[in-house]
Amino acid sequence: MASTMLSLASASPCASLSMPENHKGKMKVGSFEFSTVLGKERRNPFLKAKSSGRITMAVAVNVSRFEGITMAPPDPILGVSEAFRKDANEMKLNLGVGAYRTEELQPYVLNVVKKAENLMLERGENKEYLPIEGLAAFNKVTAELLFGADNPLIQQQRVATVQGLSGTGSLRLAAALIERYFPGAKVLISSPTWGNHKNIFNDAGVPWSEYRYYDPKTVGLDFDGMILDIKAAPEGSFILLHGCAHNPTGIDPTPEQWEKIADVIQQKNHIPFFDVAYQGFASGSLDADASSVRSFAARGLELLVAQSYSKNLGLYAERIGAINVVCSSSDAATRVKSQLKRLARPMYSNPPIHGAKIVANVVGDPSLFNEWKEEMQLMAGRIKSVRQILFDSLSAKDKSGKDWSFILKQIGMFSFTGLNKAQSDNMTNKWHVYMTKDGRISLAGLSAAKCEYLADSIIDSYHNVK
Amino acid sequence: MHPQFRLPGAHSSSSPSSSSSPTDRRLSALLRHLADSSASSAMDSENPHTTTISASPTSGFDSNSVFAHVVRAPEDPILGVTVAYNKDPSPVKLNLGVGAYRTEEGKPLVLNVVRQAEQKLVNDRSRTKEYLPITGLAAFNKLSAKLMFGADSPAIQENRVTTVQCLSGTGSLRVGGEFLARHYHQRTIYIPSPTWGNHTKIFNLAGLSVKTYRYYDPATRGLNFQGLLEDLGSAPSGAIVLLHACAHNPTGVDPTLQQWEQIRQLMRSKGLLPFFDSAYQGFASGSLDADAQSVRMFVADGGECLAAQSYAKNMGLYGERVGALSIVCGTADVASRVESQLKLVIRPMYSNPPIHGASIVATILGDRDMYNEWTIELKGMADRIISMRHQLFDALRAKGTPGDWSHIIKQIGMFTFTGLNTEQVAFMTKEYHIYMTSDGRISMAGLSSRTVPHLVDAIHAAVTRVV
Repeated sequence: MASTMLSLASASPCASLSMPENHKGKMKVGSFEFSTVLGKERRNPFLKAKSSGRITMAVAVNVSRFEGITMAPPDPILGVSEAFRKDANEMKLNLGVGAYRTEELQPYVLNVVKKAENLMLERGENKEYLPIEGLAAFNKVTAELLFGADNPLIQQQRVATVQGLSGTGSLRLAAALIERYFPGAKVLISSPTWGNHKNIFNDAGVPWSEYRYYDPKTVGLDFDGMILDIKAAPEGSFILLHGCAHNPTGIDPTPEQWEKIADVIQQKNHIPFFDVAYQGFASGSLDADASSVRSFAARGLELLVAQSYSKNLGLYAERIGAINVVCSSSDAATRVKSQLKRLARPMYSNPPIHGAKIVANVVGDPSLFNEWKEEMQLMAGRIKSVRQILFDSLSAKDKSGKDWSFILKQIGMFSFTGLNKAQSDNMTNKWHVYMTKDGRISLAGLSAAKCEYLADSIIDSYHNVK
Repeated sequence: MHPQFRLPGAHSSSSPSSSSSPTDRRLSALLRHLADSSASSAMDSENPHTTTISASPTSGFDSNSVFAHVVRAPEDPILGVTVAYNKDPSPVKLNLGVGAYRTEEGKPLVLNVVRQAEQKLVNDRSRTKEYLPITGLAAFNKLSAKLMFGADSPAIQENRVTTVQCLSGTGSLRVGGEFLARHYHQRTIYIPSPTWGNHTKIFNLAGLSVKTYRYYDPATRGLNFQGLLEDLGSAPSGAIVLLHACAHNPTGVDPTLQQWEQIRQLMRSKGLLPFFDSAYQGFASGSLDADAQSVRMFVADGGECLAAQSYAKNMGLYGERVGALSIVCGTADVASRVESQLKLVIRPMYSNPPIHGASIVATILGDRDMYNEWTIELKGMADRIISMRHQLFDALRAKGTPGDWSHIIKQIGMFTFTGLNTEQVAFMTKEYHIYMTSDGRISMAGLSSRTVPHLVDAIHAAVTRVV
């Protein structure tokens, strides 16, 4: 089409006479080769074409405004799934996935979720904008689920709860709050931690540093290192803690260790900042998995808690979570909530309704709530069961006497195998077992049937690859 | 009322050093707040150096809370209208602040075709809730780009468009703004005066500085075209320019196609980067293609631009937060690199977008019958609004209300800038229980044939009794 050809020639007409200085160094002459017919077409006043009525080489001195942009590296976790998809080997196993799979290795939509969605459709509710802080019914049940419905905090209205875009979005709102109201304050994150934590704080403009956490020698918690590093942090730092089922290691402090962590945080006037992505999913019990958060709150500490319903309600793609800020007074909670709203409004105005309604319906209805607890126990139970089978298999097959019990001690979806990068590569290249390079495997992606195969691959990688 | 704060070893609030104590930093933050809210006159008289604050031992603030310095934010101005409306017990109250469509009966509307799509989704047993890719639902992205740019758009065919699913219009603007702040050499965006209240905040937080260009002419209640051309003409080369694709919010005043063409030429000659906000495609005129003309005109010349799309109004998906950001690039290679960088903006913000609304849109756009049904329902909404415009205009003329009210039928979209001043608006609220924003903007979507007479009475009274 002639006008198309004309348009190609006229691209970015700033390339004509007055070259703006912003294009210095970005010029590419002759990077396009095309011709244009300038006949009776509307003359493009910006194109220095030599003639009209015949084919001309229009040198595209224009450059894309974005020419200098480099290709960003692929996401380290998503890259694993992509590579898995491309692998044609029938023995392949995807242990990179951070999403629950059934024994048949299929994704799982909870029955209570389907029931809730059917109910919602039957009721024919509208799709009006939620308030900036989200669905009130959701905010109420999510705080109650986390702290316990009879927690004095809730009666005293000392918790500011704002619906957020799952864990990530809730963490981001909190980070934005820290940046604005605690300028210069640092967040301490565990070493290692979920890969996206540092990105969130970087983009929010919040400085961060690491506290020791994983001890490769014991494949356990470096508790002394953790305490020392938290003590050494400047007073009033934010300490990011995984409420349960630490990602990526699966290693959680014991209740006694949690108390000592709380002690040192209190001594240094630090602010605990919990990331709770697995409540109910780790042990199977909603209350047990919230005990770390509740014990800190019971000390009268002010704290932040980001929640996600991605895993425990299988609502991954609905992006439903919340940021809770426990304050020393209801007045402070009101003020904090108003400022969280002020941060959410220029980010996305108000949060999505669908996931919030599902959670509110499930948690708010006693029979659905009970059914949810059963389904959650099934999911957590399956994970515990494959941990046991994997451990048994490793212990039976491995004659070296290595202690594999860390697999049983770790909790939640993930396990840090202790395999190094070369060994992890061997897992993938030789055995077609896909995992992240830090040695993390997702037990949610493991079936009982595949445990023996996995045991073989781990033993081989551990012993035969350095 | 304000406690007197004295910071030991007083220093300015501007650069918090890592060695300052948490209390110092928080007090500094409080100071900035108080200074911003210009409530500092009391402090000025006591303290010649307003950067000096201190916590006196007898100050009443809650020293037990780390959030003591966090002040309460004011209620959002637009939402405040609905809050006030809800409190009013009058049986004749009318909410014309609402930015959401209402039926003739004054009720929110979920489109039939949306319900059908939801039923289809719920019945589909193969559906899962697995994470979407960072860029969102692929089918949704493709279909959204086609809707915006036209199915036969060369830019699409040449793979020069990257489209990422975002959280409605707001999210698309924010992601686009953050991307530009990181990767574009010009960090100033020009927005029309007036514009949607949230625009400035979105772009500021994204890292861009905001300037305005003249747009609305109160004298004519139309477009200040000369002013617009002058201001864009004097913008620095390469600056970003926000354009409302159609149905300008809050004025309802759109350039004509001829004016759009002039704007395009001017912008291309100065290398200004267009950033379209398209929140009303199909909702303004009733025609999806007509409402996309401005955007398509720019894409047709081969140049680059950004476009934020929202399905909040035209599909009535307000609360589902469905939208898309498209960046039309010079080449396919650039588009693919741009997309990779957009992912780096999105991942630390919310990881990946919500699936429900996008699935509804993809279902409708991807099914010929549902698409057609949608266009009919969409036109129905647009027509009702246009009909309200005519009814209001006719009734004002019939009543002999002084003034030229033709702007009511010339303006387009959900909103009308009535031209009423703040005193007149306050009068209408107090005496007639009409709720609207203080800038004189009314939402035609909130009107019905039944309520037009009451509004006419109110306007008539305001114009004749309040100057």
